[in-house]
Amino acid sequence: MSLTRAERTIIVSMWSKISTQTDAIGTETLERLFSCYPQAKTYFPHFDLHTGSAQLRAHGSKVVAAVGDAVKSIDNVASALSKLSELHAYVLRVDPVNFKFLSHCLLVTLASHFPADFTADAHAAWDKFLSIVSSVLTEKYR
Amino acid sequence: MRNKRPRSEAAARTCFWPIRLTSKLPDTMVHFTTEEKAAVASLWAKVNVEVVGSESLARLLIVYPWTQRLFDSFGNLYSESAIMGNPKVKAHGRKVLNSFGNATKHMDDLKGTFTDLSELHCDKLHVDPENFRLLGNMILIVLATHFSKEFTPQIQAAWQKLTNAVANALAHKYH
Repeated sequence: MSLTRAERTIIVSMWSKISTQTDAIGTETLERLFSCYPQAKTYFPHFDLHTGSAQLRAHGSKVVAAVGDAVKSIDNVASALSKLSELHAYVLRVDPVNFKFLSHCLLVTLASHFPADFTADAHAAWDKFLSIVSSVLTEKYR
Repeated sequence: MRNKRPRSEAAARTCFWPIRLTSKLPDTMVHFTTEEKAAVASLWAKVNVEVVGSESLARLLIVYPWTQRLFDSFGNLYSESAIMGNPKVKAHGRKVLNSFGNATKHMDDLKGTFTDLSELHCDKLHVDPENFRLLGNMILIVLATHFSKEFTPQIQAAWQKLTNAVANALAHKYH
């Protein structure tokens, strides 16, 4: 699965808006994840996950920044996320199903923040892009 | 969910707690709290079934094009604008979301409510239940574009639970 030129254009252009709000979007995505999929909390026993927590904000920001790294190297996501891929495979070992949950919550957050930009075509492009990111992050699992 | 039941039957008999609550609930029941039901009802009251229904189904067919295999008779599905404007997609989207409206009124017995539809989707329509989960997620994303900040994480959680439960109810009679 690879992105068409049109899909890349959509993602890069929407990223320019997202990058001005990475903290808010990251925090909200994680709040949605932990509200809708409480099983995801099992990976964060060491975190304070309450609304407003500094750890939540910092981690959300980190996650969205990584998505940004993938956008900046959209022609070679595997190389941009190579270290993160190893981290997830050998250290974090987050079950792959959680990438689907996180991707879905990021899409909902984008839809809620950018309703006019999040057309069906944009939605399709982002869904495809996030599934590429997810598969890069899990490709070294076994 | 906090479990307030006494840990042993002996404790149950000696304490204030009514005995019947120590027996297991039927395992088919998904339990929605009062808050979750309120979150669902308050948003549902503002939903334009025609618009949200047709857009949700259209997004399913656009974002996951392989789902078009279920709609050979729908005519032109060759582009995003064709799908969005397709009258059969609109009609069917409205029908599906009306069915969801029925779900919001029977949240305590979704499996019973969807028995007939479940049999239909298995025996006559041959729909992979994974599609119900995908469509549920499309509904949520469309709600997010329509309600924006109002579609908070808590409201999404209640609706997520409902769409998951409806998907399970529709898959329940599969064999």
